[in-house]
Amino acid sequence: MKALQITGLKKVYKGGVEAVKGLDLSVEEGDFFALLGPNGAGKSTIIGVISSLVNKTEGKVEIFGYDIDTHLELAKSQLGLVPQEFNFNQFETVSQIVINQAGFYGIERKLAKVRAEKYLRQLDLWEKRDEKSRHLSGGMKRRLMIARALVHHPKILILDEPTAGVDIELRRSMWTFLQDLNKQGVTIILTTHYLEEAEMLCRNIAIIDKGIIVENTSMKQLLKKIEKETFLLDLPANSEVSGLDGFEYRMIDDHTLEVVVAKKQSINSIFAQLSQQGIEVLSMRNKANRLEELFVELVNQNPQNPGAKS
Amino acid sequence: MNMRVNWVALKTLYIKECNRYLRIWIQTLVPPAITMSLYFVIFGNLIGSRVGQMGGFSYMEFIVPGLIMMAVITNSYANVASSFYSTKFQRNVEELLVAPVPNYIIVLGYMGGGVSRGVMVGVLVTIVSLFFVDIQIHNMAVIISMVLLTSMLFSLGGLINAIFANSFDDISIIPTFVLTPLTYLGGVFYSMSLLPEFWQNVSKINPIIYMVNAFRYGFLGVSDISLFNAFGIVSLFVVILFTIALTLINKGVGLRS
Repeated sequence: MKALQITGLKKVYKGGVEAVKGLDLSVEEGDFFALLGPNGAGKSTIIGVISSLVNKTEGKVEIFGYDIDTHLELAKSQLGLVPQEFNFNQFETVSQIVINQAGFYGIERKLAKVRAEKYLRQLDLWEKRDEKSRHLSGGMKRRLMIARALVHHPKILILDEPTAGVDIELRRSMWTFLQDLNKQGVTIILTTHYLEEAEMLCRNIAIIDKGIIVENTSMKQLLKKIEKETFLLDLPANSEVSGLDGFEYRMIDDHTLEVVVAKKQSINSIFAQLSQQGIEVLSMRNKANRLEELFVELVNQNPQNPGAKS
Repeated sequence: MNMRVNWVALKTLYIKECNRYLRIWIQTLVPPAITMSLYFVIFGNLIGSRVGQMGGFSYMEFIVPGLIMMAVITNSYANVASSFYSTKFQRNVEELLVAPVPNYIIVLGYMGGGVSRGVMVGVLVTIVSLFFVDIQIHNMAVIISMVLLTSMLFSLGGLINAIFANSFDDISIIPTFVLTPLTYLGGVFYSMSLLPEFWQNVSKINPIIYMVNAFRYGFLGVSDISLFNAFGIVSLFVVILFTIALTLINKGVGLRS
């Protein structure tokens, strides 16, 4: 079953800004789906329309088969939303926020308290349950929004940049939490600027730019499109590389070599050539996330962009 | 969605709204009690003793129902205007908008919160007034029904104001420039019979005159306006404002882009 089906979605804001231009998108039940795009691509508008925070101009949106035009309340009850901005009451306590949200979904207070405890414990917020939300750290506020979005047991969870501004340790624990949730059958749609995050978590991906989809495929297929990767090699100080046959390269400083490796080329050849020149490779790393390079390339190819490369 | 789900949502919103004004009781409940005490001392005792009788009652007896009603009106209005606008401002109105809460439940929930504060302040002011005058009750049913209808009406007014408001200034403009003059000219401090006929007729455009007079009837058994007209007009206004508030929320005015 389709968890989400969007057909011909258009959104024109007052003033004529066309944020979404006839977009079609579908997400299967149980998927972990990435919605990527540069700032202003239309991701938050799409999420706004799905969650009824933004009125659409044209098109059809169905959540687990429920059309938001004809069965809005049923469609809403399938959905949990973790928005980009903190949007809870700053003067309410952590547990009040979660329990009240459960109440808005028709969950009786007794059960709401049980569920609130479950999710606040899972997200390491139980000790903070009586704290006013404004006293929480940024990471805790993000986790509070996740607990709030889950309290009614949604079948589909949409997270709009959930790990923005969150430290690495916490980000990784949130990844584990989301992966576990997905294994339990919750469909997850994620927008993020951390492409490493999308690559690690998501099975399918749509890249949006200027209100249209420029790529919609599985993560595996997308990664196959990567034609080349750029590596940085740490060499001993004052190393002089006299040449690397078949490779595009440059010395960034006296001990860092940047090499572009095409898909068909072997990295072993770099090591062999450097070894012949008596240069030892101390360590090696990707210059950028491999998906990042492809992302930039795809966005640059979008005909909607001025100066797009085809 | 079934009625039970909607009932739980309404209960949640109502309790949330009541907790809000009770949490900040120093800002919401104490000031009207102090302000009304000053009115009782200055207008009732000091000036009132020189005014003499009004409508066959001491001036203090005459103004008490009007002052209670004034407190109910301003607090019902302010409660919903301030609460709903803050919810918009902090964006936590989105908690309600993403949930399967029908819009009429949102209107009822906020209205319930406003009515609750209005009635609570009304009771507080009534208790304060007992220190200044012996209150008589002519018809309790009229008192209760009119105070409920009035607080419903002004809660809905506050909600509509908050829906359109784009800044905190916008929720103080109507109370300052519309509500206060209408209340002061709504027969709180004087009987309409003191006015020339022309101004008596003009006064009848002011809906507050109907509420104050019907409420005063409940205490003193006298009114410048027929009770039937008063209840009819106030009820009609409640229905109209409820419909307007619901239509605005359905359209997403001030809430959805």
